[in-house]
Amino acid sequence: MASGSVADQEGQVMLLGFWFSPFVRRVEWALKFKGIDYDYVEEDLTNKSTLLLTSNPIHKTVPVLIHNGNPIAESLVIIEYIDEMWKRNPILPQDPYERAKARFWANFIEQKVTESTREALLSQGEQQEKKVKELKEAMEVVEGEAKAKLNDKTLFFGGGNGVGYVDIVLGWTCNWMETIEEVGGFKVLDPESQPQFHKWMANFREVPFIKPTLAPKEKLVEYFRMVRQARLGLVANK
Amino acid sequence: MAGNGDGVTLLGYWASPYALRVKWALKLKEVHYEYMEEHLPDKSPMLLQYNPVYKKIPVIVHKGKPLAESLVIIEYIDEVWKHNPLLPQDPYHRAKARFWAKFADEKCVPAMFRAFSKVGEEQVQAAKELRENLKILESALEGKQYFGGESIGFLDIVVGWIGCWARMTEEVAGVNMIDADMIPLLSLWFQKFLELPIIKECLPPQDKLLAHTKEFHKMLTMAALT
Repeated sequence: MASGSVADQEGQVMLLGFWFSPFVRRVEWALKFKGIDYDYVEEDLTNKSTLLLTSNPIHKTVPVLIHNGNPIAESLVIIEYIDEMWKRNPILPQDPYERAKARFWANFIEQKVTESTREALLSQGEQQEKKVKELKEAMEVVEGEAKAKLNDKTLFFGGGNGVGYVDIVLGWTCNWMETIEEVGGFKVLDPESQPQFHKWMANFREVPFIKPTLAPKEKLVEYFRMVRQARLGLVANK
Repeated sequence: MAGNGDGVTLLGYWASPYALRVKWALKLKEVHYEYMEEHLPDKSPMLLQYNPVYKKIPVIVHKGKPLAESLVIIEYIDEVWKHNPLLPQDPYHRAKARFWAKFADEKCVPAMFRAFSKVGEEQVQAAKELRENLKILESALEGKQYFGGESIGFLDIVVGWIGCWARMTEEVAGVNMIDADMIPLLSLWFQKFLELPIIKECLPPQDKLLAHTKEFHKMLTMAALT
């Protein structure tokens, strides 16, 4: 193994992001969890850099991780890459069956919670009602998992007191879900029917490397309100 | 039929491309498994027990432990049976393979389904979107024989079924999906891939699949018209 600074061994790590993006924050959480030094580049959504457009020509969006000049897009793909490149502080479980289950839950969260929330934000009326209903059903499943896996000694899905893959993937809910509810005018979060989930959110928010990354709610509300109005305006004008 | 020596059971459906890609993974790894056909739309108690979240096939059960979602299952198979690796060894190439698998499943497959199930302008737009996204997918070949390089790998088995189903739905739905002029390399790859003996022998009987696809199409387009 070559000697030298940790930064030399790790190579150059750059993350392209937007301040309001929960997907970018996920990647940051993974990097911070591993203690990886990285350069963060705030992209302008209305004026995307050449670097972003050449690094992610297919989707033209963030997050993009650039490691020693190699670009990787899609937050879940990036997190698995980070976990495979830097072996310390594993994010995914070591056992193949537990890894598979973690990936299963990550996919469930993406399809049923993340996607449905996005669609509820960008719709209204009957269409939104449908999405909110789906979201509520998905949250029942999440609460069920939380009840099964978490207790006073096991605060996170990663086991013990450490966060893991599922926590990082679900983590956006701890800050953005309330924001999107307010902007979209619907309610999904319910401490009475989701006690274990609410405990998990509270614990997640307090994790020392996560807390400082959570953008102030007022700023997020302002931004997502603009996004919703723009989308509904487009739809109305069709 | 090979026995259950590796302790693997696969719950599937003969016409499901998602079950098919798991079969391909098991075949490439030479894993012996017991296959159990679900008689959809009826779902067996076993399926409901093993996949309570989605209640869908494919599900594998390995040493009594169930797993659902075809891509999750394929990665599990790749990690447990280490010979004939499906995913590349290098983390960057693994990331690219996973990126493209996601692209195919999220951008190509829904467009193909819409081109199949919709009518009129919606169908035309969906077919156009599919052709454009297949063109983008073609770039992932990077001039190689297969996505896996000299031999097939993860991305080949994740995406390969599209060639078979697209041809079938072209015939049934009457839209062009695989435009050989637009995607010459991908077109050639589809052909080569589906002709490989190990791949071909797992395909559902084509006449049966065509009849099934016609039935399904009738049902969906009637729903679209009402």
